[in-house]
Amino acid sequence: MPDETPDPVPDETPEERPDERPSGADGRRRLLGALTARPSRGQAVAGVLLALLGFAAAVQVNAVRTETPYAGARRDDLVQLLQSLSAAQDRAESQLTDLEDTRDALEESTDQRTAALEEARRQLDALQILSGAVGATGPGIRITIQDPDGNVGARTLLNSVEELRDAGAEAIEINDEARVVAQTYLTDGDDLTDGELIVGGRTVRAPYVLEAIGSTETLSEAVVFPGGLTDEVEALGGTVTVEQSDTIEISSLAPEPHTDFVEPST
Amino acid sequence: MIALLGLVVGVIAGLFLEPSVPLSLQPYLPIAVVAALDATFGAMRALLDGIFDEKVFVISFVSNVLVAALIVYLGDQLGVGSQLSTGVVVVLGIRIFSNVAAIRRHLFHA
Repeated sequence: MPDETPDPVPDETPEERPDERPSGADGRRRLLGALTARPSRGQAVAGVLLALLGFAAAVQVNAVRTETPYAGARRDDLVQLLQSLSAAQDRAESQLTDLEDTRDALEESTDQRTAALEEARRQLDALQILSGAVGATGPGIRITIQDPDGNVGARTLLNSVEELRDAGAEAIEINDEARVVAQTYLTDGDDLTDGELIVGGRTVRAPYVLEAIGSTETLSEAVVFPGGLTDEVEALGGTVTVEQSDTIEISSLAPEPHTDFVEPST
Repeated sequence: MIALLGLVVGVIAGLFLEPSVPLSLQPYLPIAVVAALDATFGAMRALLDGIFDEKVFVISFVSNVLVAALIVYLGDQLGVGSQLSTGVVVVLGIRIFSNVAAIRRHLFHA
């Protein structure tokens, strides 16, 4: 940008109609003169003012470039911006609420499903034990029936099993090989004198060892009460020993149940 | 020559010091810069016309800046700040154009 020299004729600087046609040679001469003029007070003043102008312009350019777009915005614009932002926030918040509701509902249904699954698992465990599909372990008693004369038959053993069931036995096994479940039948074997029984299709021989899982106290009571299994077996010439244990292992399994005729009624 | 040097020094100082504009001055600084530009171009035209006077230049420079800032301030108080700023910029822009046209005629005869 060019600059200026003090010229003798003062006049208004800006605001002039560009109609007059001054000589170009004159203008160029004056510009050259201004550029080569000796330093003077007027030049210094003009320099200070132009320095101020350049400084302000540079600062403003910097400010526009670095500051946030809202720094120079006017109040009306800012208010409008704020309103649209708060409207957007309201929308987002209501969306958030909706989504949280959905999430809660889903979590609830998941919880319900988990609970149902848990319950089903518990039932499955219980039913598997009751049907003899899996092994079982727990506190219980072990009854050993010695039968030297071969007089103890299916009837006696069936009675003892019924007594044990009555006392709350949850799993019963005979001689570590025959699991006694709801479908299990007991019959005398072919050779009665040998002491032979058929339990659910398996042949078991004396001495019979009945293992039952349940409350040890109640189960023992069920065996030794007057007129119970002990008396019955002793009347037949055998002996009964009852042993209580904290861990009775029942490992034999009942045959897998299968039905041809029955169907669940709804 | 000194004035040209002053302009360069000012720009360099503004770029390197990077002062932040005070909040109260923010709406006025751009208008003030445009007004000062107008005064400067007017001074250059006067110089080429052979009628330049530094006193007139100083007064017109300062009064241009002050009046421009005053108009913007008034506009802000009246609630038409943005419109008035636009108006001031338009008027100053027209003046700058006409001054530049005169300068051009002086220098190039066209």
